[in-house]
Amino acid sequence: MTEEVNSGRRRLLTTVTTGVGLAGAVALAVPLVASMKPSARALAAGAPVEVEIDDLAPGQMKVVEWRGKPVWILRRTEEMLAEMASLTGELSDPDSQVVEQQPAYAQNEHRSIRPDVLVVLGVCTHLGCAPSKAFEKGGASGLGSDWVGGFFCPCHGSKFDLSGRVYKNVPAPTNLVIPPHSYVSENRIVIGVGETEATA
Amino acid sequence: MKSIMTRLLPVLCMLWTPAGLTAGGGNEHLDSAYINLSDKVSLRNGAHTFVNYCLSCHEASFMRYERMAQDLGIDKDTLEQSMMFATEKPGELMTVNMSDQNAKSWFGVVPPDLSLTARSRGPDWIYTYLRGFYRDESASTGWNNTLYPNVAMPHVLYEWEGMKKANYQTSANDAKVLAGFEQLSPGAMSTQEYDSAIRDLTNFMVYLAEPAKLVRYRIGFWVMVFMLVFVGLSYLLKKEYWRDVH
Amino acid sequence: MSLINWIDDRFPLSKVWNEHMAQYYVPKNFNVWYYFGALSLVVLVLQIVTGIILTMHYKPDVDLAFASVEYIMRDVPAGWFVRYLHGVGASMFFLVVYLHMFRAMLYGSHRKPRELIWLLGMVIYVALMAEAFFGYLLPWGNMSYWGAQVIISLFGAIPLIGEPLAEWIRGDFVVSDATLNRFFAFHVILLPLLLALLVYLKIVALHKVGSNNPDGVEIKKNKDKDGNPVDGIPFHPYYTVKDTFGVAVFMTIFLGIVFFVPELGGWFLEKDNFAPADILQTPPDIVPLWYLTPYYSILRAVTFEWLPGGAKLWGVIAMGGAIVMFFFLPWLDRAKVRSIRYRGWMYKTALTVFAVTFVMLGYLGTKNPGHIDLFLFKNVIWAQIGMVVYFAFFLLMPIYTRLDPTKAEPDRVG
Repeated sequence: MTEEVNSGRRRLLTTVTTGVGLAGAVALAVPLVASMKPSARALAAGAPVEVEIDDLAPGQMKVVEWRGKPVWILRRTEEMLAEMASLTGELSDPDSQVVEQQPAYAQNEHRSIRPDVLVVLGVCTHLGCAPSKAFEKGGASGLGSDWVGGFFCPCHGSKFDLSGRVYKNVPAPTNLVIPPHSYVSENRIVIGVGETEATA
Repeated sequence: MKSIMTRLLPVLCMLWTPAGLTAGGGNEHLDSAYINLSDKVSLRNGAHTFVNYCLSCHEASFMRYERMAQDLGIDKDTLEQSMMFATEKPGELMTVNMSDQNAKSWFGVVPPDLSLTARSRGPDWIYTYLRGFYRDESASTGWNNTLYPNVAMPHVLYEWEGMKKANYQTSANDAKVLAGFEQLSPGAMSTQEYDSAIRDLTNFMVYLAEPAKLVRYRIGFWVMVFMLVFVGLSYLLKKEYWRDVH
Repeated sequence: MSLINWIDDRFPLSKVWNEHMAQYYVPKNFNVWYYFGALSLVVLVLQIVTGIILTMHYKPDVDLAFASVEYIMRDVPAGWFVRYLHGVGASMFFLVVYLHMFRAMLYGSHRKPRELIWLLGMVIYVALMAEAFFGYLLPWGNMSYWGAQVIISLFGAIPLIGEPLAEWIRGDFVVSDATLNRFFAFHVILLPLLLALLVYLKIVALHKVGSNNPDGVEIKKNKDKDGNPVDGIPFHPYYTVKDTFGVAVFMTIFLGIVFFVPELGGWFLEKDNFAPADILQTPPDIVPLWYLTPYYSILRAVTFEWLPGGAKLWGVIAMGGAIVMFFFLPWLDRAKVRSIRYRGWMYKTALTVFAVTFVMLGYLGTKNPGHIDLFLFKNVIWAQIGMVVYFAFFLLMPIYTRLDPTKAEPDRVG
């Protein structure tokens, strides 16, 4: 060992080579990690769903699947809409101020594009159970004599009105989620494509 | 030097195989298809031919319409209006609605899925096959094929190619050898136009068999550049440390 | 107190680092043949990582397997890249391992006191062949199916227990869903665990004795005043840095293949496997992938029906025997010196002929035995000649290594 160690050069080469090597390792890792993202098959399965509502009578509800979740489409009667208006005091978020729960075009008193047609995800915002229909009014529903109709989650007892708004003092913290949707025609809704995207 | 050569020897030995290591039993002559995946116009032509003529019986069940449109530069409207007959959703796979049972009873055999044919048979095979149909009254479909004798598939593209007859000669060792074709009646395309259309279709089928091919050469080039830089740096680093060793 | 100290109080981290890396002495004269051990470790890790990712998307069911591979190739983001890494990786694994084995035969790394390292390596080699065989069924292509069918039926050739054994392996009367599912379990869990354990044991055995080197000299015989071999250098930083360069060159070749020619003309990915398994249509030429072809060649070379039990049985015996020969190498080699550098013309000739024969047998294993692809004689004749030479290399070794006019082995390296 005759030559002296040029530690400066040694350190520089080590740092640069290590840096480039690490960059290469990261570049190799990126596609491997990306492979866990939803595949084209998952994305296709999550594609928008079109629903016909011309056969939906007032007071009736349809259920369709979108992205593996149930979507409820309810044609509300005038009576239902009127009664909903009186509930404000009993609801946690009557004006839908938590913006994540609905698109901008559904941030209104009926939480929908058309007042008579509700499009909502049937997934309880507490822990994800599917709430049941509770359209029967009054004591017979088992939810109190002043129950005007809505949804009841059997898992932990959360209650929602006919716009999916959550009642106070129940486990669920927020209103039911309104999925992006829009009207392709008078009686055809597409779930998964929002109003602004549809008109763009 | 010697060590590097001995190291490359196994690899070189492997590369020295005639490219015809096909298990196709084929000693048939195959015409060259001259594939060019960067020719998007050709790929789009091929895609239209495929969707209009092949997809009614054959599936391409590993390919999604949307992916094909994206990769080939086909706009959404063209895709949805003139290329999707079996479904309304562009994200779906290119399948066919004919059941296996029906296919068997109509054709005698289920038309094979074409997604990977360009990889299992090769583009030259496809190119030769689609230009090898000839009139044969003794065949059930009225057509036979020089590359695939007694094939159950009729000449779907006969309107383009017209009708031709195959002339076979008996060779020295009693084998039937194709001497040439004779055009019986013309089709809508000249021979050149037909060959070009088939090349486009074959080109498309090569893409169909491996969509990733469009990107892997491009990415690979940059990977090689990076690797050569890294090889250089790591060599310098090695030399630097090994100054210590005598 | 530093983090390292905290760990050291509870785990022998610094001790292991010093004993096996920073103060582990290794001969200073390693040449290009010494890269392949480290490279095989790199490929093992790569196969495990890419294998885990593939398992996230692959479906081990006869109705779903083939489609799931195409799903990986098209729908999974970068799935094609993971698949090609794994498939090319399998072939590169064998390339690296064969070169690694050849290094041992060149420099006498199989000899005392390293016989156990060699034996562990041979067990790894056999485990690797099994791993590749099980893995190849998984895509459920036509070659996958028929290749498995042929090889498993070889077990049927064993007298008395053969058929029940083959049935037990398959879990059915023919290769079927039961077979696919269990091969998946073997390929993904059983053999990787076994391989990881064997590789660990091999490194432990290696570190006990220390590495050999191209001169075949025991560096531990000459130590300096600190107790370190004078012809040795610490593994870290000298060989960590050198192996980094080796890995860089290797990965350049590897990635070049992955991006530009992943099928390698049918050598790495066979054409027939791009068609799904068809129980009604056998491919005209059933061939395993290149790394198993030397043994396939020997299997097919035994065509002598007059042998008691028949040609099929003896073919299986010959094929098995060919692999088993390697296990005896440390005791067949009787030379007075270790490394080829000091051996005579006999061993040099024998090893060269063996290497050429091995490659020739491999080539012939991909061809139709009835054709003429070399010259003059049919392939099967050349395979028979190759088989005889192959066995002669091992069986005559005690004789020619003892007679070989060797040179004096030096005391010091280089």
